[in-house]
Amino acid sequence: MPRPATLLRLAALALLLAFLIVPQRFAPLFVPFTEYGAPPIYDQGSLPMLALAHLGTVFAATAVSAIVAIGLGILVTRAGGAEFLPLSRTLVNIGQTFPPVAVLAIAVPLVGFGELPTLIALFAYGLLPIFENTLSGLQSCPPAVVEAADGMGMSPRQRLLAVELPLAMPLILEGVRLSLVVNVGTATIGSTVAAKGLGEVIIAGLLSNNTAFILQGGLVTGLMAILLYELMGTVERRILRATHLA
Amino acid sequence: MIEISSLSKVYAEATVVDEVSMVVAGGSITAIVGTSGSGKSTLLRMINRLVEPTRGRVVINGRDAATVPGHLLRREIGYAIQGHGLFPHRTVAENIATVPRLLGWQAARTRARVEELLRIFQLEPAEYGAKFPHQLSGGQQQRVGVARALAAEPRVLLMDEPFGALDPIIRGQAQDDLRDIQRRFGTTVVLVTHDIDEAFRLGDHVGVMSRGRLLQYDRPAMLLTHPADPFVSRLTGTADRALKLLSLTTAAQAMEPGAAAGDGPAVAATDSLRDVLAQLLWSGAAAATVRRPDGSAAGQVTLAGILARGRSD
Ligand SMILES: Nc1ncnc2c1ncn2[C@@H]1O[C@H](COP(=O)(O)OP(=O)(O)OP(=O)(O)O)[C@@H](O)[C@H]1O
Ligand SMILES: [Mg+2]
Repeated sequence: MPRPATLLRLAALALLLAFLIVPQRFAPLFVPFTEYGAPPIYDQGSLPMLALAHLGTVFAATAVSAIVAIGLGILVTRAGGAEFLPLSRTLVNIGQTFPPVAVLAIAVPLVGFGELPTLIALFAYGLLPIFENTLSGLQSCPPAVVEAADGMGMSPRQRLLAVELPLAMPLILEGVRLSLVVNVGTATIGSTVAAKGLGEVIIAGLLSNNTAFILQGGLVTGLMAILLYELMGTVERRILRATHLA
Repeated sequence: MIEISSLSKVYAEATVVDEVSMVVAGGSITAIVGTSGSGKSTLLRMINRLVEPTRGRVVINGRDAATVPGHLLRREIGYAIQGHGLFPHRTVAENIATVPRLLGWQAARTRARVEELLRIFQLEPAEYGAKFPHQLSGGQQQRVGVARALAAEPRVLLMDEPFGALDPIIRGQAQDDLRDIQRRFGTTVVLVTHDIDEAFRLGDHVGVMSRGRLLQYDRPAMLLTHPADPFVSRLTGTADRALKLLSLTTAAQAMEPGAAAGDGPAVAATDSLRDVLAQLLWSGAAAATVRRPDGSAAGQVTLAGILARGRSD
């Protein structure tokens, strides 16, 4: 007998898949939200394709964020890199406080419409949680353990790879998970600059005054965020169990 | 053998270790004592270059430590610290195998060595090898920490308050184990401690540090009978120094020919005079018989002989 939480997850997954594959079955539910006989279900493109494109953008942006943020976190916790900590922190904070919409507005004249400005906005927005978590993960390695690693004769690189990163891994993965989930929602704004994604559904709803579309875009995006959060949790637990940290 | 000459460490303004010179004989235990902040750990860490000396030289078994890259030097030197610093994500066996792996030992040799060490430290390999540090008691963790330091058969072992976190009974056991192992492998040990009794118990030589300076470096008995500095006598304690002195001498060293009268207690040649005295006081006898392991009498220790040794001169 699976636990209630597992059942809930499976239900959410089933709902999402059903809606993406046979959306017309849900039409009666959305009719009350339409006016003047407008279509109750989004009909200007394939929902599964949009969802995939959306996820692709989010994963690509978060992957780059993770590489940069983890790299920066490592750099500023090395002996020679401590002086870059304030600067890195400021940059990463700007990435988060500067609204993604504004990033889009600035990026479009520079790189044109499409996926790229969206990737840039999401990349900047996703840096902070990963950077801060990498930092706390590396800084919270017990001093005696780090000293022992040095005392045993590990090179700085061996110490980082064999001791510090494994010990920081739970927090780093948590940061990646946070960025990923937040970006699923944020990525909807990409559609304002012609990136493929679920934002199209919402914008189509706004343009044609069709509340049903807006709800559908929100529903699919929300379900994906929740499921991704759960999936990442499972991946995290697997990794931690494999490395004996849990 | 470790030859330390004019070794200093200066941080910004503060001279933390000030012109320390000493020679640690090969195969001996040297204990460094001193108050908190006196520079003991810094001195110890300059030996394996976890801290780079500002001035001075360390020569280990004939080779200047400064001529070897630091991390390679450290693979040849055992290092054990307070709070053990075991890697929490690695098993006991993997922890102990750390340095052999860094040195590229063959897997079979590493495995054999890990098992040997676990047995020496009274941890059954089959039971403990696959455990994680958090599954062990404090005393067991500390033993694994020392086993890890000894894994690659270092000729030199540095220890920074290795027993500081242990309760008195376990600590006594750990000290005895260290003595046994040091004799067995002939390791040269430098051990930092807060605890003057530990220093006297373990040290063939004891160094006393205060404010970065090595005030005296000598045999324990000399620290008691010929303190070089008022700080040394304060640290060693003057009230019970006669008893301390007795605890540094064995029955064998004070043995006279003959055997004690019938009511005299029997003692072993390795018992300290302090213990012999306690037995004499308890039994009311004037002499104790020193017995060999086979039970035959080797000689006697008399109350008068003990009293003569506890006197200052
Ligand atoms: N990296 C450093 N930078 C500046 N000062 C330091 C540094 N490391 C140690 N010190 C100072 O050097 C002095 C000696 O430190 P050390 O750790 O060698 O003392 P200790 O005798 O081992 O003390 P304890 O018994 O408390 O361990 C202390 O005053 C300490 O604050
Ligand atoms: Mg210290």
